[in-house]
Amino acid sequence: MVVISDLAIQGAQMLLVLTLAPLLTGFVRKVKAQLLRRRGASIVQPYRDLLRLLRKEVILADTASWLFRVIPYLIFATTWVAAALVPTFATSLLFSWSADLIAIIALLGSARFFLALAGMDVGTSFGGIGSSREVMIATLAEPAMIMIVFTLALLAGSTQLSNVASFMLSSSVGVRVSLALALVALVMVAIAENARIPIDNPATHLELTMVHEAMVLEYSGRHLAMIELAASLKLLLYISLIGCVFLPWGLALPGAGAAAQVAAVAVYIAKLAAGGFLLALFETTVAKMRVFRVPDFLGAALMLGLLGTLLLFVSRSL
Amino acid sequence: MVAIVGLWCVAALLGIAGFGIVAGNWSQGSRLTYGATAATSTVALITAVLQLVGGTGVPPSIVLPLGLPWIGAHFRMDALSAFFLVVINLGGAAASLYGVGYGQHEDEPQRVLPFFPAFLAGMNLVILADDAFSFLLSWEFMSLASWALVMAHHHERDNIRAGYVYIVMACFGTLALLLAFGLLAGPEGGYAFASIRVHQLSPLLAGFVLGLALLGAGSKAGLVPLHVWLPLAHPAAPSHVSASMSGVMTKVAVYGFIRIVFDLLGPTAWWWSFPILAIGSGTAVLGVLYALMETDLKRVLAYSTIENIGLIFVGLGLALAFRANSLPAASALALTAALFHAFNHALFKSALFFGAGAVLTATGERQMERLGGLIHRMPTTSVVVLVACVAISALPPLNGFASEWLAFQAILLSPQLPLWGLKLLVPAVGALLALSAALAAACFVRVFGIVFLGRPRSPAAERAAEVDRWSLSAMVILAGLCILAGILPGFVIDAIAPVAQSLVGSRMPEQAGMSWLSIIPVAESRSSYNGLLVFCFIAASASLAAYVIHRLASHALRRAPAWDCGFPQSSPATQYTASSFAQPIRRVFGGYAFQARERVEMPPPGNLGPARFQVDLRDLAWELIYTPITNSVSVAAERLNRLQFLTIRQYLSLVFSALVFLLLVLALWS
Repeated sequence: MVVISDLAIQGAQMLLVLTLAPLLTGFVRKVKAQLLRRRGASIVQPYRDLLRLLRKEVILADTASWLFRVIPYLIFATTWVAAALVPTFATSLLFSWSADLIAIIALLGSARFFLALAGMDVGTSFGGIGSSREVMIATLAEPAMIMIVFTLALLAGSTQLSNVASFMLSSSVGVRVSLALALVALVMVAIAENARIPIDNPATHLELTMVHEAMVLEYSGRHLAMIELAASLKLLLYISLIGCVFLPWGLALPGAGAAAQVAAVAVYIAKLAAGGFLLALFETTVAKMRVFRVPDFLGAALMLGLLGTLLLFVSRSL
Repeated sequence: MVAIVGLWCVAALLGIAGFGIVAGNWSQGSRLTYGATAATSTVALITAVLQLVGGTGVPPSIVLPLGLPWIGAHFRMDALSAFFLVVINLGGAAASLYGVGYGQHEDEPQRVLPFFPAFLAGMNLVILADDAFSFLLSWEFMSLASWALVMAHHHERDNIRAGYVYIVMACFGTLALLLAFGLLAGPEGGYAFASIRVHQLSPLLAGFVLGLALLGAGSKAGLVPLHVWLPLAHPAAPSHVSASMSGVMTKVAVYGFIRIVFDLLGPTAWWWSFPILAIGSGTAVLGVLYALMETDLKRVLAYSTIENIGLIFVGLGLALAFRANSLPAASALALTAALFHAFNHALFKSALFFGAGAVLTATGERQMERLGGLIHRMPTTSVVVLVACVAISALPPLNGFASEWLAFQAILLSPQLPLWGLKLLVPAVGALLALSAALAAACFVRVFGIVFLGRPRSPAAERAAEVDRWSLSAMVILAGLCILAGILPGFVIDAIAPVAQSLVGSRMPEQAGMSWLSIIPVAESRSSYNGLLVFCFIAASASLAAYVIHRLASHALRRAPAWDCGFPQSSPATQYTASSFAQPIRRVFGGYAFQARERVEMPPPGNLGPARFQVDLRDLAWELIYTPITNSVSVAAERLNRLQFLTIRQYLSLVFSALVFLLLVLALWS
């Protein structure tokens, strides 16, 4: 019985993240437009974009290989699997033990590895510039993320996300310096990983500062739809991760009834909306950085994460 | 019995080496030699696997009346030896199979054929040896055989230098090991490992032995700053030998270190883990940074070996730290992570060197800047290299991630360590480990993206063709093993368990019985990872997505010129190159690691001369350590040179004063 309900929750979560991801992207865009006193596109515009892309033919560069056509599905699959393993509204996911937080981060690393390869496949200068900058950003963002994971794992005594969330819900957490450091670092990493301002601008083309958009420049049609969906999923994943670890209130615990689950979904959507709003607000207040300022930004995140871990090595109560 | 089979395999390999001397002149001699080597290595591999998995009780041993008369030659195959014999003979068998095809392209086969089986035999003997004399003899035999292989293409100037640096470093390493065994055996000279284990050393002497083992085994394994020979020598040899040297011989060095420090040296002192952790993590980061700056394909792979050796030594250092503080379970976890990574590295690094050899055969190029687009012309090779690149970048669900994950789990156990120094050192080591993993991913995006993707950058790359079936089969087997070990890591961990049991007195929990074949290093509430399920999930959701889209959405497809923001450039020279790809990382890290300087020389307005861009990288290991040493040696040699031109009277007085001095010393001593 428990297995069946866990399976149902797991399935519901996989569908939920998939359907909510474009909505979140649309919401962030809408809020940003409103803050800039523009009217902005409808909040469901990303769904329309995806449908339009799916209906279009793919225009493939002459020099593209088979890998270029496989990669969109791989990126989508790894990101979806990673997003399915982060507790969104309930902690009792059937497969949460198959990959812990380190593995989830590494799954996103796999997606990035393939995306960077896709950027180099056609053999254009824009693809190369995007891939080369993406891996540079990743070399700092990934260790920073691992240090954040260490901080959480040392506190909760587990790298399993559902256990971390349960620990955060318990009364033994309290206010801790290390958690504050980890939160700041995680937000910084999340901004970098999702190619948001000030690291990268998701709305630009034809600019030498672009990173993510440069890698996917040669994609079109259904392939581009997959990549766009994966990017939305990744944004949703990071907001869910921050919500699950630092704002675990409202998560349905194992054994909760159906009504509690529905309430948890509502709380989760409210968390996503708050996260999206804060992101849009932040993006409108800062300017984009030069590419070679990015290492300073991420280096700070890495140092914060390392400091958090160090504090916990020194004393469990910090 | 098992030890005898192992020794017969060594004898067979030596016999094949003898056959190889004459076989070089026949048309089929090369195939026969490599085929026989592959068969023998497979027999040795099966023996070792059986011993590792099924061997219980007293390890099989044998004493032969060879070597020093009062010692004899002892051989023994305990769990540690069996594990490393698996790694060596797996790599050896794959390299021989690859050699059946690749060896055909050799211009002077008689320079490779005799030495390759001898090299494998030497490595097997090092692992089997159970006394200091046979160990050192086999070690030196292995070094000399590999030196001969490095010098196989001796017409190239660089190779002569590589061989020279290699032989000097190899002799230095053996010297350090010789002194280490001398201290271990003590004044009574009990050189058999059994009597060394009984012999207790004072803490000071034990510390010396640790330092000497670190110098001796570390120079063979390529620890920074003893690594300088490795990126010269490994790429100079033919590619299947490079694979054996990088994938396998470095593991023999790791074995030597484990044998001395974990087995022979007795109880662990509290401070031993500090230098090993510091050197290991530094080696990992510096190795991969060197690899990112390099543009010669085989040298990139050699530098990446240095990185992986660093990761293995970090695991060993953690195991020592836990062992010194009597935390056997955590120590077993760290040791398992290190050994698992050693096994993995043998798989994917051999596959990558085979791939580099295939590229070399197909294009005649090692320089990444002149390659590109090979995925269209070498489909199987590119798939194998892609699998190996994903594996070495520690990405799930392949095997590199499994061992890296275990290492992270071991680090998360280290707050239990009572020492303050370790509490501060271990988080930094963890950050460096994560940094090196991320840099490795960047490095292998670069390798695969520049060599196999994009458009060909030279006519040779344009004309490339897939290599022969023997080479391909060896590569495919290794890539398959990478995937298998990645999705079923529990079986590898269980196979390593007897080694951990014998060295640190504990083992990781039995993994084969875990539900759904997941791996659980400590407890399920703490952490678990299931490569099989992750692999199935990715495969299922990717196929599902592809199916749904091809069923419901458009599947029209049109080929057209690349878009490139509306300004596609026809010349392949406009693509990103290997050096331009690494430029952002050079800007971020190169200033610290290599004191990198970039200079742009712009001609003044009106001058039509080309603008120039120059990058200066400094290898600090050479500048700070080796150049002073070589300078002082040549200065000393210059001074001592005068001794060659003395008169007979002066020589006689020199001999006489030396005699007086020695007698004086003797008189004062007693």
